[in-house]
Amino acid sequence: MAKQLKSRYDVIVIGAGPGGLAAAISAKKNGADDVLMIDRELELGGILLQCIHNGFGVETFKEDLPGPGYAQRFINEARTVGIDYLLDTMVLDVTAGRKVFATGTRGGFKELQAGAIVIAMGCRERTRAQVGIPGPRPAGVYTAGLAQRWVNVEGYMPGERFVILGSGDIGMIMARRLTFEGAKVERVLEVMPYLTGLSRNYVQCLMDFDIPLQLRHTVKRIIGNDRVEAVEAVQVDERWQPVRGTEEIIACDTLLLSVGLIPENELSQKAGVALDPVTNGPFVDDGFATNIPGVFAAGNVVHVYDLVDWVTKAGVTAGKRAAMFARGLCNEKPAFVPTAAGPNVRYVVPHKIDPETLAQDTITLQMRVIQPIEDPVQVLITDGDTLIAKKRDRYARPGEMISLNLRGRDYDAVRGAKELKVSVLPVQAR
Amino acid sequence: MYPQYDVIIIGAGVVGCMAARWLSRYALKILLIEKSSDVCTGATAANSALVHAGYHAVPGTLKAEMNIRANPMWEMLSEDLQFGFERTGAYIVAVGKDERPKLDMFLDRARKNGTPAQIISGAEMRRREPGINPDVSSALFVPAGGICDPWGATIAAAENAVMNGVELRLDTEFQEFLWSDEEAGRIVGIRTDHGQLSSRWIVNAAGLFADEVMHKAGVRPEFKITPRRGEYFVIDRNQIVVKNVLFPVPTDISKGILVTPTLHGNTLVGPNAENIEDKTESDVTPGGMDEIWGGGKKLVPDLERRHVIALFAGLRPAGNAPCLNPGVDFDHDFVIEIPEQVKGFINLGGMDSPGLTAAPAIAERVVELLREAGEALTPKAGWNPKRPARPVFRRLSHEEQASLVAKDPRYGRVICRCEYVTEGEIVAEIHAPIPATTYDAVKRRTWLGTGRCLGGFDMPRVVGILARELGKDPLEITKKGHGSEFLFRKTKEVD
Repeated sequence: MAKQLKSRYDVIVIGAGPGGLAAAISAKKNGADDVLMIDRELELGGILLQCIHNGFGVETFKEDLPGPGYAQRFINEARTVGIDYLLDTMVLDVTAGRKVFATGTRGGFKELQAGAIVIAMGCRERTRAQVGIPGPRPAGVYTAGLAQRWVNVEGYMPGERFVILGSGDIGMIMARRLTFEGAKVERVLEVMPYLTGLSRNYVQCLMDFDIPLQLRHTVKRIIGNDRVEAVEAVQVDERWQPVRGTEEIIACDTLLLSVGLIPENELSQKAGVALDPVTNGPFVDDGFATNIPGVFAAGNVVHVYDLVDWVTKAGVTAGKRAAMFARGLCNEKPAFVPTAAGPNVRYVVPHKIDPETLAQDTITLQMRVIQPIEDPVQVLITDGDTLIAKKRDRYARPGEMISLNLRGRDYDAVRGAKELKVSVLPVQAR
Repeated sequence: MYPQYDVIIIGAGVVGCMAARWLSRYALKILLIEKSSDVCTGATAANSALVHAGYHAVPGTLKAEMNIRANPMWEMLSEDLQFGFERTGAYIVAVGKDERPKLDMFLDRARKNGTPAQIISGAEMRRREPGINPDVSSALFVPAGGICDPWGATIAAAENAVMNGVELRLDTEFQEFLWSDEEAGRIVGIRTDHGQLSSRWIVNAAGLFADEVMHKAGVRPEFKITPRRGEYFVIDRNQIVVKNVLFPVPTDISKGILVTPTLHGNTLVGPNAENIEDKTESDVTPGGMDEIWGGGKKLVPDLERRHVIALFAGLRPAGNAPCLNPGVDFDHDFVIEIPEQVKGFINLGGMDSPGLTAAPAIAERVVELLREAGEALTPKAGWNPKRPARPVFRRLSHEEQASLVAKDPRYGRVICRCEYVTEGEIVAEIHAPIPATTYDAVKRRTWLGTGRCLGGFDMPRVVGILARELGKDPLEITKKGHGSEFLFRKTKEVD
């Protein structure tokens, strides 16, 4: 809690989930004296607080932690290094001049000035409207994260018989969680021909509990006017059209949706931050700077990560650069080299890199593939015909992010490049 | 002896609530009954949210008369009752050369009905709405068209009626009429699922069920309400914004699939028009979604499916009453009458478009009908036409927000992050003259949960606030009344 709220901070971090916590700590460690975190919730930690399953921290701490445990390590550190925070407070407006307007029950309405801002609002879940599920609008159609909050935070069961649409991670994790609580999960339906979440969640959350997953299946309609009574499932063909004769009524009282996440950038847009229509997050450089000077972005607000460890890493970078900006230490005119999504790559983050960064730091390029490849793949960074960097992986799946590090040794190649095009192809294709 | 009223109104949609509000200025004991758990849940809850100019209604019909009469009433109504209304004007857009001549028919209708209208060129239309289909050849501009908040209008009218002494009973369903023993054909009351109520007058404002109510009174046995479904998309205001109400050239049965701004800055696309059987169904359908998408893109080609934030369907209560005006060939006019064969009964029916627009004029007409029937209608001392507005956080300036939060910190806690609805607003609605007791009731009053996340973030919080304020267990809180509970049990409680 901010004991005595100042009107000006070196760095203000909006959102105190894993991205915001890492950014705030990093900003403080990199010389920002006054750092403030603002969060809507009553506690620090963001969505991790409702993620009571394990699987967090394997990269960061080489430990397998539950979400609140992972968050607590950063909360402790934030307190130790002396970061101010405002809880139960919502940021209403951010300006390009780095003014922050916020409101909360304690301390009321606030107008603050920041030397630099890190936006770390995370993401929200795609809804029924975005996937266009026909039928009436009864109670019992919930996103997986909403059900997760009800069960894990509020202590209530939002249903007894579930069908889950989408093989996203939260959906699979909730399938297991609801089973633990005595509910029946009838089915997980996935419209794509492959899993959209992590394979480990399929094994640990569905297979181990005999919960059937049907690929290439979707919900044709919801049945029930007041409360969900059933859903009609149907198989789809290669063009996502329902296959006649495969309809099946599945009795249930709740339909959970785990159909994707969207970075939450409404606030960023108010400050004039430009968004990539593919990621729905800001265009960023290797320091997670957006197009608005002094506004940096950390975590799922940039693109949806598969592991929290990557969010933390991104937060560390964004926080460091925000501190440098606030202290007037940023490279004034970087000669950026753009990245580009090549064959079988949906997007690459960051969108551009400053080769000078490689003199001191590693730059991690992160990407998601379009099509799954279950054979060994190579990840290639090319500039025209010139190969700049490459690595091999055992497979490539849309649900699992691919990372490739550029290091000091790549400095010369990167500096001379016009573009860094990334492709992910089977090994034999080249 | 059961309760005695002067007027009982069946149905708390826009027509019933406006009628209640208009009648509330007279010294009458009035009861408004509604079978749902809230006002504004039927046809009024899901429509295009437009105040029509009157270019579409066939001249000489009751629909035309009521539309033209009601249209200018909306400024004062929205001022008195403090709900959203904006006179934006509206355009009927002709795409390609073939549609162009059809505008003349509507120009002619507009003139006959008496609403200003003007044909503008394709180039002018493109200038006024840059996102319009570039093949627009010309357009009919009707300056009297507008957009409104039908939830706000209806709830405010009901609230104003209640403030002025009207009694409202929710979850109360009409079953049948009670008849006089002494006088043939005189209705003296109704039976509901909560007992009998006696009244000198009954007003049928049952919307989709108006046919069933009038048949029970023995009136117009041939009259039938056909639920005509219309489906809609809502588009994120951060993605595309149209400035004007854009209609296509209408078809025979509907005004067509339009693209219109809403008072919340989003864009509404729809409706299609499909006659169905079930009056309780409001399904969005795959075919319907494709149809409205095609219609929307015809006017605004840049619309994208991924920018859709909400889908909904509504049912229009389409009647089949012939126009009473002998020279006019029209067979789905409004019914607004005191039927000759039944005494003590005001019959309203067939209130599909422009029903919402016409509602205040219909209410005024109900007063006239009573007066014509010999009611004294003494003005009530102290009648207050004003319904005071409650604070709407998102509409305030930063300075106003700061002072509101300083006065009541509950206005500092944002519960709905997409629409910036605060705890203070929710609590105020739960304790309003017509208390919001369900999630959907809170939603219709505050617009919470109508944004991009469709309530994914606010729902547990709103359920908690409703439970706390109403002194209930969260397990009892519903989306829209009994049978729509959100939660089943506590965790760790397996029998």
